[in-house]
Amino acid sequence: MAFDIDDVREKLSEIEGQPLWRSLESLVETPTFRAWVQQEFPQGADELQNPLTRRQFLKLAAASLGLAGLTACVGQPPEHILPRVEEAPEEVVPGVPLFFATAHLLGGYAEGLLAESHEGRPTKVEGNPDHPASLGATDAFAQASVLTLYDPDRSQTVTAPARGGRPGPIRTWNDFLRTLEQTLGAQRAKSGAGLRLLTPTVTSPTLAAQLRQVLEMYPEARWHQHEPVNWDNAYAGARLAFGRPVQPVYDFSQADVILSLDADFLSAFPGRLRYTRDFSARRDPSGDPPSMNRLYAVSGTPTLTTAMADHHWPLRPEHVGTFARLVAQRLDVDVPVSGTLPGEIEQAVGAVVRDLQNNGGRSLVLAGMAQPPIVHALAHAANLALGSVGQSVRFVEPVPAGEGATGQTASLRELTEAMQDGDVDVLLILGGNPAYMAPAGVDFAGALADVGFSAHLSLYEDETSVLCDWHLPQTHTLESWGDARAYNGEATIIQPLVEPLYAGRSAHHLLAAVLQSDARASYDIVRAHWQEQSGLQPTQFDRFWRHALRDGLVPETARAPVDVTLSPELAFPPEHEADDALVALFRPDPGVWDGRFSNNAWLQELPRPFTKLTWDNAALVAPALAEEMGLSNGDVVRLRLEGRELSAPVWILPGQADGCLTLHLGYGRQRSGRVGDDVGFDAYRLRPAGAPWQAAGVQVERTGTTHPLASTQNHFAMEGRGLVRVGTLSTFREEPGFAHEGEGDHPSLYPEWEYDGYAWGMSIDLNACIGCNACVVACQAENNIPVVGREGVKDGREMHWIRVDGYFQGTDLDAPRMLHQPVPCMHCEKAPCEPVCPVAATTHSAEGLNEMTYNRCVGTRYCSNNCPYKVRRFNFFDYTQPDAPVQELLFNPDVTVRSRGVMEKCTYCVQRINAARSRAVQEDRAIRDGEIQTACQQACPAAAIVFGDISDPETAVARRRAQPRDYSLLAETGTRPRTTYLAKLMNPNEEIA
Amino acid sequence: MSQIFHPATNAFAKATIFGAIFIIAGLALVWGVFIRSSYVRGMEAREQPVPFSHEHHVSGLGIDCRYCHSSVETSAFAGMPATHTCMTCHSQVWTEAPALSLVRQSWQEGTPIAWNRVYDLPDFVYFNHAVHVSSGFGCDQCHGRVDEMPLTAKAVSLTMEWCLECHRAPERSIRPRSEVFNLAYRPPADQEARGRQLLQEYDVPVEILTDCSLCHR
Repeated sequence: MAFDIDDVREKLSEIEGQPLWRSLESLVETPTFRAWVQQEFPQGADELQNPLTRRQFLKLAAASLGLAGLTACVGQPPEHILPRVEEAPEEVVPGVPLFFATAHLLGGYAEGLLAESHEGRPTKVEGNPDHPASLGATDAFAQASVLTLYDPDRSQTVTAPARGGRPGPIRTWNDFLRTLEQTLGAQRAKSGAGLRLLTPTVTSPTLAAQLRQVLEMYPEARWHQHEPVNWDNAYAGARLAFGRPVQPVYDFSQADVILSLDADFLSAFPGRLRYTRDFSARRDPSGDPPSMNRLYAVSGTPTLTTAMADHHWPLRPEHVGTFARLVAQRLDVDVPVSGTLPGEIEQAVGAVVRDLQNNGGRSLVLAGMAQPPIVHALAHAANLALGSVGQSVRFVEPVPAGEGATGQTASLRELTEAMQDGDVDVLLILGGNPAYMAPAGVDFAGALADVGFSAHLSLYEDETSVLCDWHLPQTHTLESWGDARAYNGEATIIQPLVEPLYAGRSAHHLLAAVLQSDARASYDIVRAHWQEQSGLQPTQFDRFWRHALRDGLVPETARAPVDVTLSPELAFPPEHEADDALVALFRPDPGVWDGRFSNNAWLQELPRPFTKLTWDNAALVAPALAEEMGLSNGDVVRLRLEGRELSAPVWILPGQADGCLTLHLGYGRQRSGRVGDDVGFDAYRLRPAGAPWQAAGVQVERTGTTHPLASTQNHFAMEGRGLVRVGTLSTFREEPGFAHEGEGDHPSLYPEWEYDGYAWGMSIDLNACIGCNACVVACQAENNIPVVGREGVKDGREMHWIRVDGYFQGTDLDAPRMLHQPVPCMHCEKAPCEPVCPVAATTHSAEGLNEMTYNRCVGTRYCSNNCPYKVRRFNFFDYTQPDAPVQELLFNPDVTVRSRGVMEKCTYCVQRINAARSRAVQEDRAIRDGEIQTACQQACPAAAIVFGDISDPETAVARRRAQPRDYSLLAETGTRPRTTYLAKLMNPNEEIA
Repeated sequence: MSQIFHPATNAFAKATIFGAIFIIAGLALVWGVFIRSSYVRGMEAREQPVPFSHEHHVSGLGIDCRYCHSSVETSAFAGMPATHTCMTCHSQVWTEAPALSLVRQSWQEGTPIAWNRVYDLPDFVYFNHAVHVSSGFGCDQCHGRVDEMPLTAKAVSLTMEWCLECHRAPERSIRPRSEVFNLAYRPPADQEARGRQLLQEYDVPVEILTDCSLCHR
């Protein structure tokens, strides 16, 4: 898709107003883009990749005809019913799912869940509405965790790779435990001087207590912690500002004006779901008078947070520091500034600071994990100066346990050096994948050869496992007991939903073996810990424990705020001299994070925000750099940094700051499994330990080769007027109905439908949506939606029932506004798909649903061809066929598993409607408002999606649709969708032009 | 030019045309009878690993349907009894009966009894027992006089056509909730009027009963 950036700029300069555009290709109208627009599926099923001879074709045609006839003769295969032997537990009713409170962990932090169990098999997770970090929402990672549970590539047995670099022979847990006991015997004699433990971030109170016991038993032993996506800089910043490593907890419900210094609090902070809910709630302008919060953001690379900003300035990484200094200086913080910002941005600083000051304690300044400690300290100083501390931000003691938690890169480096020096006799790695995730300067993988005895407990037999003496399979969080803390310190007991599928055991079990304790079951260990903590008598504790399990929260475990004052020694050093060196930014991938989700196909196929890339990572470059080097999307470049080399395809991303390129971590895995192996490039190989987030001096060189990237950015493009309608708060105040400008009346030739009962409808608030993709994966999990793989995506055959369209807006190619629009089936009143189906497989229900009946569908695809919203998906192949029997356990039993040749699309989660109806009929009542939540709605952290009965004006959805911002997509086609949108509003500072 | 065919062949041609119609109609008839036959629809009693008799347990002993099919009022599935349920009695009576050896074996070894499914809907059909029971539709309307079956057999065809008979005109078959488990229930003479009354009383959403997504999803 070669095109000239010059042409793009020229095209943009010709357009007046605030044009919406989907991609660079769409602006210059390349032939490939035209093809995507004009055909629903540009690659038909007949256009197979492999060439077919005429002879082969005839053979296949004859065979398929014969087989088609034969299959018709086969009756239904006989089925058996296998009832239980023992009576079922009282609450278990076959066909009625049960929900258990548990948690999903990312970076050690808990996100409260309610996991759905169908006769003992977990199929879906929802957020726990009572959990402070969830409030009922989930992210894409938690939604995809059930797929990992049933991943057939998960490690299934203890092995002894003997550092061979290859999977080892099968052993048993008893073999390992015997060896461990012998090995530890020698360590006891020397107080554990050669014993080291390495964990990822630990917030689990029980695990932390066990680790402390190990350190008591072996006083000379050491516990190290490492996660590649860590908060070292933030803790160092707090040390700088306050003299101790405290941790900020934000309250966005109390923040009217927010300044984000490269802080992606909507998708990368612990507590991001809660932050999103509170932030989005403050963007609801339906109050009187209409009001909204205001967000300023500066960053090198676009994030979900910058896309929500009312003012976003892409800045070179060192300029983010200058910006922070300028802001702090104007807030009377004693900080030297020597750098300069581009003129108009420097001018805006004054207006930003005035806005912050005018809102006093209801303003907030945040710094992101990639920013150096100084920027964090500046943010803290600014918040103190603004009076926000105690209001929109409070500080707590670090939620993760252990000293190593606040300096993880140093902790890993220290361990690696000890290993290289031969000081480590026994190394137990409890989770994580340090051989793959260690920064480039820290040769952890090589140092494993110098360790006397090493064992690695993990979900997969991965890069680290095969370099150890032993690999131990770990239990999934849905398989074992445990506990963890949320961003604010509140603890959740992790309940298992199913017995371990394989020979996995938990870290609690392994540590109990190290401690030679008799209690080896995770349940006993976790329960005993909390009994001790609660100090209650056994009978009272029983009640406490059952309540904690039921609620998914242990009461009174939230961290109390601590008082902070600026350290008297705080002195900000002068700025480094800025040069023009190109900076490499290392960031966790929005899909596979640090690589832990590499083998999760749902996450691999999730179109990443802005780029809509799937099944790959790319070096994200600014249009200006691409122009300078003559690069187009997919061109492979060689990157050089500190003597290390890496080849990577590039992707031109408008909104990326000039002078930096973004590399996402977590790809280029060698031992992740059949899904994640050899996908993308491994950015860890370039990531310096000294500058893990932004490393200056990267050199880029063209290689002349290209790598075809599978991006969905141009797929299902709708060409129409005002797909996303955007206004400002001030225009909304003056003209609330701005979203309807130019809409006419569209009479229909078809007769009106009549509805007696419920009339289901949906409203999506574009002002709340942050484009996080949680809805996409939630829908996939709920509706048994398959993945199609990289080739499938390239052919435009992705199956997602709800997609998040990305748009750029404005004529500035270097800093466009970025918009998200989730698009499910619109369930039109005058649905164009219905009249064209020759077999009546898609019909209109008496409640206004646009139904899809798979068993009737013969696959003509006329419906899809006639759908202006391009929301219908066709099964070109038998995608749902599982690779291994274990994957069948994942399917939602309430939704048909579709086979080849069938059209499918969003059903408004009709299985949930029917389940609610069934409950209502049994209880002799009407369905209550809010009782039916579609999967996308339930997962949404921003509460952007509301579903319900639009015939009753009192329902939440009807009230939303009555708002003046409500509009329909492609209203000019007269389809009258049941799914409507609320227009997006920006709240720019009028002082800033 | 002389005739190729003798005039007598006309009769043959007529017979052929006439015959073709009858042959086609005949084949269609055979096919129609065949696919509706109890052989194709599986309406003969199925062999079961344990020769369980509903007739004996229901008519003979008076055990209620819900004693064994315990989730019929609360779930889509009516529920099949655990071996434990069988053993509540059969640990006391017929403890040595050879016919029950499999039940005892299941109990001792902890392995479930593999019953052969008699009512087997295609996997794309979602039927819900609880909704039908609480809306006033009796067991026997689909399952027949189970209380008269020594070996359980399918009593109805379970074709979509058969489902729709009721879904299109539920007033013809609805009955008071109190009569749902009465297998010998006889509709009153004024069934249609009474049925319409019950539909209203039980809030049955008549307008959606023929929506595809009610059963297919």
